[in-house]
Amino acid sequence: MMAQDAGMFTVHQTIGSVLCCKCGIRMQPNAANMCVKCLRSEVDITEGLLKRLVLVHCPECESYLQPPRTWVKLQLESKELLTFCLKKLQKNMNINKVKLVNAEFIWTEPHSKRVKVKVSVQKEVYNGAILEQSYLIEYVQQDHMCESCSRVAANPDQWVAAVQLRQHVSHRRTFFYLEQLILRHGAAARAVRIKQMDHGIDFYFSNRSHGNKFVEFIGKVAPVKSRSDKQLVSHDSKSNNYNYKYTFSVEISPICHEDLICLPPKAAAILGNIGPIVICTKVTNSIALLDPLTLKFGFLDAEQYWRTSFKSLLTSRQLVEYIVLDIEAVSSEITVGGMKYVLADAQVARVSDFGKNDTQFSIRTHLGHLLKPGDLALGYDLYGANSNDMELDRYKGYIPEVVLIKKSYEEKRQKRRGKPRSWKLKSLNMEVDDKIKVNEDKNDAEYENFLKDLEENPELRFNISLYQNKDYQPSEVASVTEDDGQPIPSVPDDELLAADLLAAEFDDLDLIEDGDGEDDMAE
Amino acid sequence: MATRLKFENSCEVGVFSKLTNAYCLVAIGGSENFYSAFEAELSDVIPVIRTSIGGTRIVGRLCIGNKNGLLLPHTTTDQELQHLKNSLPDQVRVQRIEEKLSALGNCIACNDHVALTHTDLDKETEEVVADVLGVEVFRQTVAGNILVGSYCAFSNKGGLVHPHTSVEDLDELSTLLQVPLVAGTVNRGSEVIAAGMTVNDWTAFCGADTTATELSVIENVFKLREAKPSAIVDEMRKSLFDS
Repeated sequence: MMAQDAGMFTVHQTIGSVLCCKCGIRMQPNAANMCVKCLRSEVDITEGLLKRLVLVHCPECESYLQPPRTWVKLQLESKELLTFCLKKLQKNMNINKVKLVNAEFIWTEPHSKRVKVKVSVQKEVYNGAILEQSYLIEYVQQDHMCESCSRVAANPDQWVAAVQLRQHVSHRRTFFYLEQLILRHGAAARAVRIKQMDHGIDFYFSNRSHGNKFVEFIGKVAPVKSRSDKQLVSHDSKSNNYNYKYTFSVEISPICHEDLICLPPKAAAILGNIGPIVICTKVTNSIALLDPLTLKFGFLDAEQYWRTSFKSLLTSRQLVEYIVLDIEAVSSEITVGGMKYVLADAQVARVSDFGKNDTQFSIRTHLGHLLKPGDLALGYDLYGANSNDMELDRYKGYIPEVVLIKKSYEEKRQKRRGKPRSWKLKSLNMEVDDKIKVNEDKNDAEYENFLKDLEENPELRFNISLYQNKDYQPSEVASVTEDDGQPIPSVPDDELLAADLLAAEFDDLDLIEDGDGEDDMAE
Repeated sequence: MATRLKFENSCEVGVFSKLTNAYCLVAIGGSENFYSAFEAELSDVIPVIRTSIGGTRIVGRLCIGNKNGLLLPHTTTDQELQHLKNSLPDQVRVQRIEEKLSALGNCIACNDHVALTHTDLDKETEEVVADVLGVEVFRQTVAGNILVGSYCAFSNKGGLVHPHTSVEDLDELSTLLQVPLVAGTVNRGSEVIAAGMTVNDWTAFCGADTTATELSVIENVFKLREAKPSAIVDEMRKSLFDS
């Protein structure tokens, strides 16, 4: 080439042909001067290479042993399995100075316990000629239970870490919600056992790190305080191995959504002195508090709450129905913490009083955007309540008589009673302790309330996967709505997932129909 | 006819022997079998001489000769020189030359009429070659190798060259040497032709590893099938009588 570049004349060289020294056929000369077939018959470059190897396989968890102690989960005929098999050959090939060129699986019956790989290798022979040859390697699959599976089989109840989740309130609404959250995020996937206890749930894990991860997950979705302890189970003095059982005690704050709270002065001071009577509007890993009279807003995160731990004054069990007689907006629509409120003055009367006596209350409420005269609303009756709260007694200022919380859909709901919903929820696989007295009716009623809450609150649904109910008949409910023309709070179909979808992918769609939309209830 | 043999378990017979139309040099040592093989073929016709050159056994690679003369490197001792002069027929001129490239057998390849030499050979050596051997000298390479004496072997009838020689080179060499040439191998694919075999006009000796295919190629190109020693020697005798 260089000669040509320099301008010299070079003759074009045609490669002649010689006879193969063994078989005599015409061929182009190569380093060995033998045709490929003769070369192959002379030299076997696969001599000395491993052709039969052992793979240790655990039948329970479909994983293969990587010496000395790791177990890797691999699928048959997958790329990872091929890499795994070839790694075993590497050293042997390097010793024999062959180079791996290609490898592929040959199909074998899954029951045969053999994995066949066809491998092509190259090696240099006879001063320079590179010969390529392919051969078959057979891997024998030996069954051997891996340590974790044998531990599970030996003692299925064995746990190393336990997380005890507790909330000291009289209802289980929080746990229903948490259950859905856990299902959605798969936080309890590693739990060996889940047990329902009085005022809480216990989760058992086989590894301390799993338990820790779960505790951190809970810490992100609820305001909690936690502590952990360990207990020595066994001790090997020769190798200085200590086996422990770890316990995490996690307590969720007793403040729930829609609770009425009288803030102690310290807590009020942190939040900028909002009125002592506040409503809890949202509970995630921090508590959102709204003052209904001034529409002022405050957040308490878990640490702050536990420093000034206070209990709620009234919970949603104690909601009373009120009928709105007159309402007049006082302020314009204000967006507070992502929600729209309108401050209004209203005249209300308890439904129990309505028609019987003249007891009415003039109150200020934050639900001006929802309520119209004649609507039913649910609220706390501070006038008639007999509360045993030190903070309330200490407070000398103005205490409202009624605090409205939400609009009531009870009447409409009654028409639908007994008809199935178009959606359903999955549930965790929980054991229920027989020794604890369980009130079935109470549980059912609470669950029903929880489902109603889900229907009413789109933001509550945000983190939860709802599945389509296959048994649902749309025609029946449609007729109901057509009759009175008022939509009842329900979950739009776009939010539902197909029942067979295991991975929840929630579409954050704009809701077409909102439960709190227009409604004119004609009495 | 081509014969297959070994020298002390080595198949490189061209290293340990030198065969021309008038004489044959064979290395000392080794078993009598090697010597006997040559004797059986050649002793009626030409002298077979056992010798060493410079104390070494690689006589085939150190000296070069044809029916007219024999050239020896400067490492040849006086006794060896005398021995050779005594043993060879009188018309063969024996000469020791001073040449930097002392392995004359590797650097020069010749038959009775033409010689190919290493490109770096001295001018004087070239003249001596032309004079003593009575040949026309060409500086050439074979398949890009300058050691022409190793990578080709030719007689007055034909020649065998390195297998990687291109077609153009083959034509060019054939024109120069005026004999048919073929590219091939010896000793099971070995490219060093002249080390693996030694040849004259009627017979050839190859290493024992030479395959049947290679042997047939050799016999074809050197035309060994029809050759009878007597015809050639008669020709030589005739010329002797004439002079």
